[in-house]
Amino acid sequence: MSFPHGSDLETTTRLSRHQGEAEARTLEGWRARGGYEALRRSLDMSPAEITEVVKASGLRGRGGAGFPTGLKWSFMPKDDGKPHYLCCNADESEPGAFKDREVIRWTPHLLIEGCLIASRAIGAEHAYIYVRGEFFEETQVLNAAVVEAYENGLAGDGILGSSWSCDVTIHAGAGAYIAGEETGLMNSLMGNRAEPWAKPPFPAQAGAFGMPTTVNNVETLAAVPMILENGADWYRQWGSEESPGTKLWSCSGHLVRPGNYEFALGLPLSDIIFEACGGTPSGKPVKAVIPGGSSTAFLTGDELDCATTYEGLAEAGSALGTASPIVMDEDTDIVAAMRRIAQFYAHESCGQCVQCREGTSWVVRILQRIEAGDGRPADIDTLYELCEQMTGRTICVLADSVVFPLASSLDKFRADYEARMKPTLVAAG
Amino acid sequence: MAENGAKATVTLRIDGVEVTVPSGTRVIEAAEHVGVVVPRYCYHPGIPTRPAQCRMCLVEVEGRPKLEPSCTLQAADDMVVNTASDTARTARQSVIEFLLVNHPLDCPICDAAGQCMLQDYAYVTNQLESRVDEPKRIMGRDRISDDILYFADRCVICTRCVRFMRDVAEDDSLIVAQRGDKAYIDTFPGRELDNPFQGNIVDVCPVGALVHEDFVFKARSWDMDATASVCPGCPTGCNVTIDTKENQIVRVKPRHNAAVNSWWMCDYGRKHLVMTNRGVRAELPLIRGGDGGGDGGELRPVDWATALDWVAEKIDALGAPGGRAVVSPDASNENLFYLRTLLDRLGVADADFRVSQGETAELPTVPTLKLRADRAANATGAGFFGGRRVDGPPNDAAGGALVVLDDELEGAGEDFGGSADFFLYLGTRLPGPARNADAVLPIATFAEMDGTFTNFEGRVQRFHQALRPPGLARPGWMVLSRVLARLGDGEAVDDVRGAFERMAARAPAFAGLTWDGIGLKGAPAAGAASEAAGVAGSAEAGA
Repeated sequence: MSFPHGSDLETTTRLSRHQGEAEARTLEGWRARGGYEALRRSLDMSPAEITEVVKASGLRGRGGAGFPTGLKWSFMPKDDGKPHYLCCNADESEPGAFKDREVIRWTPHLLIEGCLIASRAIGAEHAYIYVRGEFFEETQVLNAAVVEAYENGLAGDGILGSSWSCDVTIHAGAGAYIAGEETGLMNSLMGNRAEPWAKPPFPAQAGAFGMPTTVNNVETLAAVPMILENGADWYRQWGSEESPGTKLWSCSGHLVRPGNYEFALGLPLSDIIFEACGGTPSGKPVKAVIPGGSSTAFLTGDELDCATTYEGLAEAGSALGTASPIVMDEDTDIVAAMRRIAQFYAHESCGQCVQCREGTSWVVRILQRIEAGDGRPADIDTLYELCEQMTGRTICVLADSVVFPLASSLDKFRADYEARMKPTLVAAG
Repeated sequence: MAENGAKATVTLRIDGVEVTVPSGTRVIEAAEHVGVVVPRYCYHPGIPTRPAQCRMCLVEVEGRPKLEPSCTLQAADDMVVNTASDTARTARQSVIEFLLVNHPLDCPICDAAGQCMLQDYAYVTNQLESRVDEPKRIMGRDRISDDILYFADRCVICTRCVRFMRDVAEDDSLIVAQRGDKAYIDTFPGRELDNPFQGNIVDVCPVGALVHEDFVFKARSWDMDATASVCPGCPTGCNVTIDTKENQIVRVKPRHNAAVNSWWMCDYGRKHLVMTNRGVRAELPLIRGGDGGGDGGELRPVDWATALDWVAEKIDALGAPGGRAVVSPDASNENLFYLRTLLDRLGVADADFRVSQGETAELPTVPTLKLRADRAANATGAGFFGGRRVDGPPNDAAGGALVVLDDELEGAGEDFGGSADFFLYLGTRLPGPARNADAVLPIATFAEMDGTFTNFEGRVQRFHQALRPPGLARPGWMVLSRVLARLGDGEAVDDVRGAFERMAARAPAFAGLTWDGIGLKGAPAAGAASEAAGVAGSAEAGA
C-alpha cells in the first residue's frame, strides 16, 4: 500500500486524508469532501492577501530545497503587464520519493485547486502541470480531473462565475531527472532539452517562455487550499517555528512497513523509522539512512534521534529534502549503494557543466573499481577532492547531489571502503 | 553618468587593476580591458548566447560565496574580481582534469594540436598529470556534413557550434544528442547540415573536434604561416587569415572585422580563395621579337629587364593611338591604378570588365555579411579607374593598343587581338587567346603580393603576401611601375607602400588614405558612397 496508512505512531493525515478513497478523484466526490471551497474563498481575496496567508503559515517548498513558498510568490512582479505563469513541478524524480504521484493519483482536484489559488496569488493566467513522463496512470487521472474542472467552470474563463480566468495545462515530461530542476523543467516545457540555465535570469524575472514564472512542487501546492481554508495559525499548530505544518514521507529500504505517511514535522527520525515503519525486517540494526532522498547526506544508525524538521536534519548534517528516507540495515554494502546512487546521477547529468558531466561518471568508475576489489588508498583522497571540485561550481546542484551522499559515506563509512581496497604489499623485512 | 540616473559606465577592480567599462559589460570582457584573458570554452564574443556551461571562466568575486562565471556576470561598481585566486585557479585546473577524463589525448594526430584551447589551458593551469586510471569512453568519429568531420572523443561539449548554427545562422540542424558523458554533437534527426556558412563551426571549435575534411591531417599548426588577407570571392571583402604551408594555402579562416564580416565568412569564399591560387600559371615574361631578330615571330621567354625594355620601347613608339583594355575586377587597386596610368598615356579610355554571377547567401544575424551575386573582389576599384562593366565576350581592338589585365579572355575568338597594333597581356595565367599577345608579363595573384581591394561599399582593405609567386611572376604594380619608369613616368616601386602612396596622391578616391592608416581593418575610400555606386571618371593619373 503506497498511500499513507495508519501506524503505531500518530499520523497527521491532513493533506493525504482522502488518499485511498476512489470517489475523491471525481469532482462530485471531491466537492462532497469540501473541495474547491478554498478556491471560492480565494476569489474574494486579493493576490496579496493570499500570499500573505501562505507567508504567515510558514509553508516551505516541498520539492526538496524548502524555500518559503509565500516569499517565492512575492518575488513575482506586480502590474508589469506581462503574462505570468505557474509551473507545478510534478516531475518527482528524486530516487526515494513517491509522494507526489499519490497526491495526483488520489486527489487530482486538490492539486488543481492548489494550482489555481497559487495562480491567483502570482497573477498567472496559465498553470502548467509538468508531470513526469513515466507517470502514465497519474497523467490519465489528472487529465480527467482537468476536463471535469473545465466542464464545471473551475478552470478556463470566468472561474466559479467570477471575472478571473486561468488555464490549466498538463504537460507530460520526456523522462529526465533534471526536468525536475526548475529551469530544466521550464526548458523542457518550452520544447528544449531539459537543461538548467544559469541564473540570472531567475524564474520570477524571465521563466517559462521568457515570462515571470513561479515553479512549485505538487505537495506544496496541495497544502495551499487547507491553509487558505483554515488559516495560517491552524497550519502552524504542527511542526516547529521554522518548519510548520505536516509533511508527506516516502519511506523505503529495509523497513517492515515501507510506504507513504503524513506526519507533523518535528518527530524524531527514529520514531518514523522504528515505530511507524516497524524497523528493519531482518531485525538487524540500521546501518545507514539517507533521510531526504538520494541526494542528501548519509546518517548512521546512531544519528537518528534528530528532529524531522528542515533545521533539525540540517543540524544532523543532512537535509530533509523530499522527506524520503532510504533505510539500510547492517548487511548493506555501502560502497555498492553509493555506486548505484552515483550511477543514477551520472546517467541523469544533462551534460552541460564539465564538473558534472565528467565528474559523476568518473566517480562511478572509481567506485566500480573499489567495489570490484581493485581500489587503492589514494582513491579515497581522489574522491574527496572530486567532491570538493564538484560542489558549488555548476549551473544546478546535480553534481552537489552526488557529493552529499558520497562525501558523507566516505566520512562515516570509510572502513567499508577501505575493506574493499587491494591489500597493500609490504616489503619483506 | 547619464542624466536619467542610469549609469553609462561602471568602475570595478580586476586583479588589482581599476577599470571603467560601459554598463552591461560582462566581467570576462572587462578583464580583457586590463589585459587578462580569462580561460573560456563556451563563451565566444561572436555568439550571442552564453550558457555559462563550461565553467572554465569562473572567477572569485569578493563578498560572494561561490565562484561566478565571468561570461555572464555583469560588471558592477565597486566589484572586486580576482581571476587568479587560489580557488579560481584550482577550479580551472580541475575543469581541465575533468575534461581530460575521457579525452583521447591524441594530440600527435590531431589537427588542432598547437592551436588547441585544451592543450593551452592544460599548460596554463599546470594540469599535466592525470589521476584517471579508468578506461575512457570511446565514441569515434563521424561526418557531420559532407565536408566536416566530427571527432566526438575530443569534443568538450562547449556547444559553440550548435549555438553558432542556431543563434547566428538561425539554422536548427545541429544539436547536442544524448546527455551526460554520452553527449555528442549531431544533426537533428532527419536533417542535414547544409548551410552556406557552416564552415564557421570549425573555426569556433576550441579543440580538434570539428575539422574540415579538406584540411584533416594536412598540416601541423607550427608548420603553418598565417597571413592577414581579404577574401576575393565577392565584393563583401570578408577579412580572412590565410594559413600556408610550404607555399600552399591549406586553410582559410575568417578574421574579425566588426564593420564587415564580424567573426564569420561563407563557405564559398573559403573554397574560392584556395582554388584561385591553384592551376597552371604564367611564370615567365614572353615577347614576340627583340634579340636582334626584329619584331614578329613566336613568343619567346626572356628575363624581366629584356621584356620591360622591349615593352617600354614599343609603347613609346606607339604614342597615344587609343584602343581598348580588358581588366579583371579581381585586380587590386594598385594594379588598376598603374594600369590606368599606362592606359591614359596610350589614350585608351575604356577598360571593360566583366563580373560573373553566382548564388547569394545571407547570415541572418549579421546584416553586413552576405555572399553577394557579383563574384569579384574589386569591381568598385575597377570602377574608380575608368572601368566599364560589360556583359558578353571581351571586345577586341581594331587598331591601336590592346591591354589586358588578368582577364581569362573567356569567349574570346581565336584571333583575339590580331588586329591591334600592339597587344600587351598581363596575367597570372596564360589562356589561349593571350598567346596572340605581343608581350605577356606574368603577374602575381592577390595572395602572392601586398595590396588593397575596395569592397562593395567603398571600404579599402589591405591584404598581404601569403605565398611566393611562381617563377618570375611579380606583382602587377611592380611590373607596371617599371614600364612607366622606363617611359619617364615616376619611379619603379618595390614595395606596396610606394605604390599605394602614389595612388593616393593621384587618384581622388584614395585621397587622404595611407597604407598604415588603413591598417588591418580597412577604411572607407573618399566619397565612397557616391563613387562606389557609379563608374568613376578616369583618375587624373597623368596630371
